[in-house]
Amino acid sequence: MLESIIQNLINALQWGSFYALIALGYTLVYGVLTLINFAHGDVFMVGAYIAFFVATFLLSALGLPGWAALALCIPLTMILTSLVGVTLERVAYRPLRKKGAHRLYVVITALMCGLILEHANLALLGASRKAFPPLIDVQVYTVGGVTFTNLKIAVIVTAFLVFLFLHWVVTRTRVGMAMRAISYDKFAVPLMGIPLDQIIVVTFVLGSGFAGLAGLLFAMSYPVLEPYMGALIGWKAFIAAVVGGIGDIRGAFLGGFLLGAVEIMVVAFFPSTFRDLIAFTVLLAILTWKPTGLFGIAKTTKI
Amino acid sequence: MLQRYSVHLTLGLVGGAIIYSAYQEYLSLYIMSVLMFMGVNVILSTSLNLVNGYMGEFSCGHAGFMCVGAYVSSLLGVWLFARDKVFGAPLLDPEYALYAFPLLIIAGGVAAALAGLLVAIPSYKTRGDYLAIITIAANYIIISTIENIGAIGGSRGFMGMKRLVNSMEDIADLPWMPIWVFAFTVFCVWLMRRYVSSTFGKGVTAICQDEVAAEIMSVNTNKIKTITFMLSSGMAGIGGGLFAYILGYVNPGSFNILKSTEVLVMVYLGGMGSLSGSVLSAILFTILLELLRPLQIIKWIVIPLLLIILMQFRPEGIMGNRELGDLFPRLKKYYRFK
Repeated sequence: MLESIIQNLINALQWGSFYALIALGYTLVYGVLTLINFAHGDVFMVGAYIAFFVATFLLSALGLPGWAALALCIPLTMILTSLVGVTLERVAYRPLRKKGAHRLYVVITALMCGLILEHANLALLGASRKAFPPLIDVQVYTVGGVTFTNLKIAVIVTAFLVFLFLHWVVTRTRVGMAMRAISYDKFAVPLMGIPLDQIIVVTFVLGSGFAGLAGLLFAMSYPVLEPYMGALIGWKAFIAAVVGGIGDIRGAFLGGFLLGAVEIMVVAFFPSTFRDLIAFTVLLAILTWKPTGLFGIAKTTKI
Repeated sequence: MLQRYSVHLTLGLVGGAIIYSAYQEYLSLYIMSVLMFMGVNVILSTSLNLVNGYMGEFSCGHAGFMCVGAYVSSLLGVWLFARDKVFGAPLLDPEYALYAFPLLIIAGGVAAALAGLLVAIPSYKTRGDYLAIITIAANYIIISTIENIGAIGGSRGFMGMKRLVNSMEDIADLPWMPIWVFAFTVFCVWLMRRYVSSTFGKGVTAICQDEVAAEIMSVNTNKIKTITFMLSSGMAGIGGGLFAYILGYVNPGSFNILKSTEVLVMVYLGGMGSLSGSVLSAILFTILLELLRPLQIIKWIVIPLLLIILMQFRPEGIMGNRELGDLFPRLKKYYRFK
């Protein structure tokens, strides 16, 4: 009994890690710009594909051993994915922001960017699924009836490290201070000599970079890639971010793990088709009980 | 005289022309089905405009309510009037199908309106992005509930509605589906217009502009929100019911978030808070989808790209938040639509 609980807990932590990594990207961008970057799930998908191409290139063209390929693959994937994120920001969001368009129009643009990424991928690479090449030997450990792999542990540890890093960036560095300042008052910030656009680009680099990392880890854990893989995970990670209280790093992290835990527990005790149903019902209940999410602060509206 | 009846006259002529040409089979079945989907899309986009445009909320789960309407009206219809694997022999004589059809569609609408409470009740306390999530979650909950009911086909879908349509045509040899779709489209748009231009409906716009101020000015915001959400989702249900009978087949997968996005696109293309804009954009968007069909998958790159460009250069959509009469004041002399 205890073993199965611990087993499910490890699975939940691993599954929640992906949600947490993606939700962090949503929440960073939202915290700074109050923009729901609906293309983020598809940036994650693009990240997984970039990881696929980089890994295949490093393994077959250069003939590197697996560990060296992985060591190169992580930074390359993160850099290339963050380029995609920054391109979206430059091409689609920034012109709208400069015009002072209503927030919803930017959201619609983000939705459309996501659709373009998905279908451009489908048109360029075809509908066939891609199998991700194995980079490391997956080893299975069994401790007292609980099995886990080195990959699972790596995913969980990475998620925690990323969280600690982002938390440090936001709370302890000058860039993070600027981010918080922008979310506090977007109009006063340029007057204080803070380069608004650069900070926003940094936000997108961070968010998309870690989405790329999540894509790489996801592709290593579940080595089948398809163009629609980002859509559902993206929506769910967004919901996780909101449940945690969007705009708050801790909230996104916790929300991701919460959603992961709920889904794994549902699968453990019910038929797996009930996963979405129960997970979303629980989230709906949480939002009805605490409308601004777990860490969100209810703002008082001035009249 | 002309001002009073011109809308009736135009609608009568257009509807008559479509139905007559369907009867005489001047138009191919393909064009007929595109025209019918146009009607459904008009219903969907105007009803979403009620929430997203007039009330200023951000609902992105509209397809979920459409799904409820589609399933309820088709299940009821097949149960009552058609022989089917799941329900066995029809309960009532298929001869009554013709008279009961509008009731079936409205029953679907009522069920969808009740499902709308799923969003309406949380909306008392939340708004903005948090409410957006609730609508997405509602969409997922509805779809996955239906997927988990094996008796009605689950994710394989449900069919048998064509038999009902056929039995309607047996009773009187008229193109019944185009007639009903046209009638319901006109009814829904008329209802919307009546609702938003009524004194009660002014409260909806008041909520959009400032909820707290509206509350202070003695607008019962919770009541208005409940009614507006229910009306909007109910009309989506009517659209869904018609959609199911046009296709003759429903499955939960066709009412996913992508469908909701499609409806959202129509609303923003037309302009928030503009009824004529929604109607126009639904018609244009359906035509655009069909024109771009030969491009296959590229279609879904071209359409978002067009929208992004539209957002860059005319973010308020085709009509902004104005009606046809505001854009062309001279037209007001010739028609009145209230």
